[in-house]
Amino acid sequence: MSRIQEVQDEIVSEFEILGDDKESTIYYIMELGGSLEDFPDSERIEENTIKGCQSKVWLIAEEKDGKVHFQADSNTDITKGLISLLLRVLNYRSPEEIINARLDFVERIGMGSIIGSQRSNGFASMIKQIKLYALAIQTKQNA
Amino acid sequence: MGIDIEKIRSLFPVLHQEVHGKPLVYFDNAATTQKPQTVLDALTNYYQKDNSNIHRGAHALADRATRYFEGTREVVQHFINARETAEVIFTKGTTEGINLVASTFGRKFIEKGDEIIISTLEHHSNIVPWQMLCEEKGAILKVIPINDAGEIIFGEFEKLLSAKTQLVSIVHASNALGTINPVKQVIDAAHGVGAKVLLDGAQSSSHLPIDVQELDCDFFAFSAHKLYGPTGLGVLYGKREVFESIPPYQGGGEMIKEVTFEKTTYNDIPFKFEAGTPNIGDVIAFKAAIDFINEIGKEAIKAHEDELLAYANEQLTRINGFIPVGTAKQKVSVVSFNIKGMHPYDVGMMLDANGIAVRTGHHCTQPLMKRFGLEGTVRASFSVYNTKSEIDKLAESVSRIARIKNK
Repeated sequence: MSRIQEVQDEIVSEFEILGDDKESTIYYIMELGGSLEDFPDSERIEENTIKGCQSKVWLIAEEKDGKVHFQADSNTDITKGLISLLLRVLNYRSPEEIINARLDFVERIGMGSIIGSQRSNGFASMIKQIKLYALAIQTKQNA
Repeated sequence: MGIDIEKIRSLFPVLHQEVHGKPLVYFDNAATTQKPQTVLDALTNYYQKDNSNIHRGAHALADRATRYFEGTREVVQHFINARETAEVIFTKGTTEGINLVASTFGRKFIEKGDEIIISTLEHHSNIVPWQMLCEEKGAILKVIPINDAGEIIFGEFEKLLSAKTQLVSIVHASNALGTINPVKQVIDAAHGVGAKVLLDGAQSSSHLPIDVQELDCDFFAFSAHKLYGPTGLGVLYGKREVFESIPPYQGGGEMIKEVTFEKTTYNDIPFKFEAGTPNIGDVIAFKAAIDFINEIGKEAIKAHEDELLAYANEQLTRINGFIPVGTAKQKVSVVSFNIKGMHPYDVGMMLDANGIAVRTGHHCTQPLMKRFGLEGTVRASFSVYNTKSEIDKLAESVSRIARIKNK
């Protein structure tokens, strides 16, 4: 499995190909949403939503062979795309890797200007929740 | 005669820019309109030449500022055809106007068991102040239902009216759907049971001719910033006898006649309701905004906007996957819609990528969205400076976006 930094570099080069065309960039993000694993209907409940997102985002995490397995969904396609980017970098990694990950791709692709300030706040909430899950699993592992 | 659209557009500096490499198409006018150069100049002029506190200064600048400030009050009086300037109060905006009525009229006249009627179409600012008042007083809030087109059901409204009804507070034109309510009939019916009527004119004031005497409403609240004027400023009209019958809103300077530590007597209207130094610069600049409207004429503006609305409906309804929300027969220039299979946020963001500014979400009308079983809509709202070619751009983009999920 590629290292976190390699996956981030890959994402950055994909966005570089799209250039400054905002419409194609958004289409691309929406398409990425299609790559998310199917989310179990039974988990689509209030307790699994991320606070601080304007659109609905559900996120769950479980430990699998010492790594963290995330599943996520949203009611908007762009948000699904955004979370799929995060999971591409952070899914199936050890809690420690996730907690210490420095997500520089966000700034390098200019995420702020692509999605605007409202959605950027939501995006930050997603990152925070992913790290919190990793921390909880790490705590359990060390117990 | 039609309007000179190029000349009008040339007066609005903000319209002449690119967004994400595309020419800006500004269709978020129901949220706030852009400001003509004359309004910007009036603001600058005031601060460069006349800045002074009004009404009491013993010097030339204060005298000028006072004259210009009161000059706007006169222009507003004529704009809504109030009987006299004393019936025109400056506020922070429509929301403050409604809260002022809830706090003063409500404090004095609403009692336990009394009823206040609003409609399903209301903005949160015409719901929450009444809920707060009802909770405090033990009064009851009643809501007029609407049909699927987004029109109030008048027969149901009549059933809600009774001797217990103290106030009907209703939107003149819906911000989320554009529906124009039959307010004259609402007012007459409400007066029939002795209730007072407040009209939320936030949207109607920029699109429709307003004549408060003909309407016979007791209160009319609106905002300057939706009328090509500055933000943070609004007007509350009230009939003299109603304004005189209710207590002041806030205490402070300006609103007093005489203060002793034992007792204070209050100033006459309108000053009784204008405690503290008002928003002088914006009030003065607001005159330029109303002058701008008067020069074109409300009828000409309405005719242009009606033409844009009809054209937008024609272009958009052809698109596979386009779902209009709110199809009232009488509407101001607002098109609320969804695209089948897509979230309004996503549609809004993709329109933004094409330089088109719209509003998405619940439009501060969550109960209304719930009535339609929707989380929100995309809202394009047109103004005097918008053009058919801009609507072509909207239709073209909507069509392209709709094809993603509606092949």
